[in-house]
Amino acid sequence: MYTLNKPHIKHNQKLLERINQLLWLKVLIHCLSITPLVYIYAKAFTGQLLGDPVEVLIHFTGIGALNLLLITLCISPLAKKLKASKLMKVRRLLGLYSFFYGVLHLTNFLVFDLQFDWSLFAGEILKRPYITIGMLAFVMLTLLAITSHNKLKRKMGRQWQSLHNLSYLIVILVNIHFYWSVKSELTTPIFYAGLTLIVLLLRFKKLKILISSRFTS
Amino acid sequence: TKSLNYKPADNAAGQILTTEKKVTTHNNFYEFGSQKHQPVELSQQFNVKPWQLSISGECDKPFTLDYDELFTRFPLEERIYRLRCVEAWSMVIPWLGFSLASLIKQASPNSKAKYVAFETLYDPEQMPGQANRRLGGGIQYPYTEGLRIDEAMNPLTLLSVGLYGKTLPPQNGAPIRLVVPWKYGFKSIKSIVSIKLISSPPQTTWNKLAPQEYGFYANVNPQHDHPRWSQASERRITGSGVFSSQRIETQPFNGYGEQVAHLYKGMDLHKYY
Repeated sequence: MYTLNKPHIKHNQKLLERINQLLWLKVLIHCLSITPLVYIYAKAFTGQLLGDPVEVLIHFTGIGALNLLLITLCISPLAKKLKASKLMKVRRLLGLYSFFYGVLHLTNFLVFDLQFDWSLFAGEILKRPYITIGMLAFVMLTLLAITSHNKLKRKMGRQWQSLHNLSYLIVILVNIHFYWSVKSELTTPIFYAGLTLIVLLLRFKKLKILISSRFTS
Repeated sequence: TKSLNYKPADNAAGQILTTEKKVTTHNNFYEFGSQKHQPVELSQQFNVKPWQLSISGECDKPFTLDYDELFTRFPLEERIYRLRCVEAWSMVIPWLGFSLASLIKQASPNSKAKYVAFETLYDPEQMPGQANRRLGGGIQYPYTEGLRIDEAMNPLTLLSVGLYGKTLPPQNGAPIRLVVPWKYGFKSIKSIVSIKLISSPPQTTWNKLAPQEYGFYANVNPQHDHPRWSQASERRITGSGVFSSQRIETQPFNGYGEQVAHLYKGMDLHKYY
C-alpha cells in the first residue's frame, strides 16, 4: 500500500494504535463495572438471591462504590510510577462509575428499604451519624462528578484541582460510614481502612516530593 | 426435615405467611456465618442426633430431654407468629412447638428461680462460625440468652421444634429453639442445649457485645430507636423477590401488647430497652 510510505500517515497510525489501546482499556472498564450490576440485579429481581435481596443490593453497590473510588485514586500514582501518562485518561471514567455505584447504593436504600418514605429518609439522614456521613460523602462525590466534564475543568482552572482534592476526604468519610454501619463483623471495614491508608500514603509521598521540589528549585 | 403431628393453628387474622423458602434461606444464625445467605449454605451437614437438652438450676426436678423426647414429651401445636428482627425487617412464620411454661413446670422451679438462662450448642467442628472469627461475626460463643421467669412462663413463649409442618431445618435452629414473639428476633435463641433457672439476670450475647444497642429486655418498641436506625417501621418480608417486602408500621410489643404489656407495668421502657 502506497500510503504506508508517507511518514505523516505512519505517525497517524501510531496515534490510532495508542487510542485503540486506551479504547480497549475503556471497554474493559465498562464491562467490569456493568456486568456485576446486571448479574446482581437480575438475580434480585427474579428472586434468586438467598438472604435479604434488599440488604444484598445495598451492600453490593456500597462496597462497589468504595472499590471503584480506591481504584480511581490509584490511577495518578500508578501513571507516575509507570510513566504512562495516558492512563490518566481513564481516571474520570472510573470516578464516574464510583459515583454511579453510589447513586445505586442510595437508590436501593430509598426505594427498596425505605420504600419512598421520604420523612423517614430525611429523619435517618439527620439522626444517624453514619448515614449523615455517607450522605455528605455522596453530595461531595456528586459535585466532583458534575465538574468532571472537560469544559468545566478548563473553565475552573486551578480551582478544579483543589475541589477534586475532596476525593481524599470522601474516601475517608466512606470508610467511617462503612465501619460504623456494621453490626459486629469488623474485619472487612478494617481491611478497607488499611487499603485506604495505603492509597493515601502513596499520595502523601508524592505530595511531599512536590512540596520539597518546589522549595529547592 | 421430616413431617410432624401437631394441632394446626387457625389463621383467624388472615395474616399472609412468609413463604417457606424465604423463612429457610434468610437467616441470622452466626454460628453458620454472619451473612443472611450463609446459614442455609453452611449448615446442611449439621448433625442433631444425638441431642441433649438439660433443664437445671433452681428447681426440684431437673431433667434432660434427648432428641426424640423433644417431639414426644409435650403435645405439639402450630402457632403463627410475627417475627420482628432488630434490624427492622419482619416475617410471619407458622411454628410448631410447645409452651416453655409447660417444660419449666415439669422441673418444679423453686422460689429462687427468678430468671431463665439459655445456651446454644458449642461445637466449633460442626459450627464454622464458632471456629472462625470472621465467619462468626466476632461475637462470643456459645450464644446465650435470657428471660425473666414471668416472661418465660407467659403462654406466648414457645419452644419450637418445627415450622411449616416439619422439623426445623438446621439454619432455623434445629432441633429446638426459642420463639418470643414480642421481643426482637435475637432473643429467640437457636439450637438450645441448656435451660437453667437462676436467681440473678443472666448475661446475654448481644447485650454483652454492644449494651447501648441491645438491651436485656429487647421488647419490640417503635418509640425506642436503635442508635443507628429507626424502629418506628419495618420491612415485612413475604417472598423472595426484591419487591416482596412492604414497609409497615411497627406495633408496640410487636402487636402482642394485650398478652404481655402487663409484665412491664410501671417500668421505663426507654431505660429497660
